Amino acid sequence: MNIGILNIQGDVSEHYDFIKKLGKKYGVSPLLVKNNNDLNNVSGLIIPGGESTVIYNILVKNNMYDNIINLNKNGLYIMGTCAGAIILSEDTSDIRVKGMGLIDIKIKRNAYGRQINSFIENIYIKHIGNFSAVFIRAPEIEEYKNSELLSEYNNKPVFVRNKNVLALTFHPELTGDSSIHEYFIKNILENEAGSNHAQQ
Amino acid sequence: MLDLKTLKFGDELLKRGFAKMTKGGVIMDVTTAEQAKIAEKSGAVAVMALERVPADIRKEGGVARMADPLKIKEILDSVSIPVMAKVRIGHLSEAYVLESLGVDMLDESEVLTPADPFYHINKKLYKVPVVCGARTFPEAVRRIFEGAAMIRTKGEAGTGNIVEAMRHIRAVEDGIYILRDLTNDELYKVAENISKTYISLRDITSGELLGNENKLPYDNVYYDMDYKTINDNIFRVLKEIKRMRRLPLVNFAAGGVATPSDAALMMKMGMDGVFVGSGIFKSKNPEKMARAVVEATENYEDYKSIADVSSGLEGMEGLEMENIEKLQDRGN
Repeated sequence: MNIGILNIQGDVSEHYDFIKKLGKKYGVSPLLVKNNNDLNNVSGLIIPGGESTVIYNILVKNNMYDNIINLNKNGLYIMGTCAGAIILSEDTSDIRVKGMGLIDIKIKRNAYGRQINSFIENIYIKHIGNFSAVFIRAPEIEEYKNSELLSEYNNKPVFVRNKNVLALTFHPELTGDSSIHEYFIKNILENEAGSNHAQQ
Repeated sequence: MLDLKTLKFGDELLKRGFAKMTKGGVIMDVTTAEQAKIAEKSGAVAVMALERVPADIRKEGGVARMADPLKIKEILDSVSIPVMAKVRIGHLSEAYVLESLGVDMLDESEVLTPADPFYHINKKLYKVPVVCGARTFPEAVRRIFEGAAMIRTKGEAGTGNIVEAMRHIRAVEDGIYILRDLTNDELYKVAENISKTYISLRDITSGELLGNENKLPYDNVYYDMDYKTINDNIFRVLKEIKRMRRLPLVNFAAGGVATPSDAALMMKMGMDGVFVGSGIFKSKNPEKMARAVVEATENYEDYKSIADVSSGLEGMEGLEMENIEKLQDRGN
C-alpha cells in the first residue's frame, strides 16, 4: 500500500522518511506525488507543511486541486499538516488560498504571529496520547463543525478529524515521534479491512 | 512521548524547522512593499528585504547596510509569506534590530558591507533563524557551528552569472564526500583545521606582542569559547555531516541565478531551493520572470515546460568574473 506525500513544496522529505521507517511494520511504502498520475497509485495522501499560497497555486496549475477533492470523496485518506490543513479547510478567510472544503473548519493563517512566536507545546491527542507539538508560523482553527476534536491548545482546536480527513496545525514530521503517522496509517488499514469484509 | 519542550535544542528545532518549510521554493529579493506583493503573487515562498538589489550595490558602490526599518515594516505588512532581511556580517546590533521588527529569518550576507572583519555573528543568541552563505565546505561547517539554521551558496550576487554558485556547490559537495572514509582521529584533525580562522586574530596579537615564538593562549577567542571547545563543537558538526552524507540543514543556491534554467540547474544539483536576487526585478518583466523561475524550480526536470516559461523572457544583463569586485570573498 502506498502512502503519497504531496511533493510540491515544503518539508516533503521528513514525511517521506517517517513513512519509509514505518514501512515494514504496516506494509506501506512512501510515494512522492507530483501529478495526477501519481495520485492514482496511493491509498493515503499527506499534504505537508510549507507555504500554503505556493502549494495552492501549483495544485491548481497542475490540475490536481479538483482531482484531490474528488478522490477524497471517493475514499482517499488525507492528512494535512499546517499549510496542508489550510488547503483542506472549508474557510481560510484569505483570498490568496482557497480551501478544498474537505473538513468543516474555519482556519486563520499565521494566527500566532511571526516566526519569533513559533513554539513547542506538549498536548494530549485523543486516540494517540501525549505529543510534543511543534508550531511554526502556525494557523489557528477558529471554528470546527461536523468533525471530531482530537486535540486542542489554549481552548482552540489544533487537530480535528472528519472521517477520512485529518487536519492538524503543527508539524509531527519535525519530531522523532511517529505516533500521528501511525494513527493515520491505521485508519487507512482499518478502513480497507472493513470494506474487504463488507465485500465478502 | 518524546518531550521536545524541555530539551535544549528546542530553539534549534524551531529555527531549522522554519527553514524546512521553504524547501522546494524560491526566495526573492525585494526592496519595496510593491515588489514584495508581486513576488508573493508570483509564487515566492518568502521574500528577502534589502536596501538595494546586489546589481545596484555593485553599480553604485558605497556602504550597503540593512534596509531602512520603515521599508521593512511596509514589506512585513504587505505580504502573508515569510519576510527575511539581510544583515551585515558580524553586525550584532542590526541583527537585534531586525529581530525586533519581527523579521522571520535573517541573512548574514556578504552582499552587504561587512561590519566585523574577524567574526560572524553568534547566531545562537537570536530567537529568529539565520541563513549564511558559504563558498567552501569549511565555511559551511563554521556557519553551522555558529548556529546558522540554513546554508546557501554565496555565488556571485548581482552578476547574473551562475558559475560561482556552481563552484560553491561542487566545493561543499566535495568536502562532504571526503568525510566518508575518515576515522574519528582524522575527523578531529579536520575540525582543528576548520577552527583555525577563530584563532587568527589571537595569532596576530600574539605575534605583535611576543614575537612568533611565544603564543598567547587560545582562551576566549570567539564568544567566550576557547579553541578546544570550538574544535569539539566543530567535530560534532562534522560527525553529523558524515552520518547524514549531506549538510544537516536546509541548503539553498544563491548568487547569480538569472534564468529559469539556472534555477532548474541548482535544483538538479541537489539544492533544496533557490534565492533569486537581482534576477527578478532587474529583468524586463519581473512578474513573468518570477513565475517562470518558480515553475522551473518546482518542475526542474520538465524541460519542455522550462522551455515554455523561458520563451521571450529577457533576463538581466550578465557580468564576467574578471575585473569585478568579488563580494563572495567577504567573510570566511
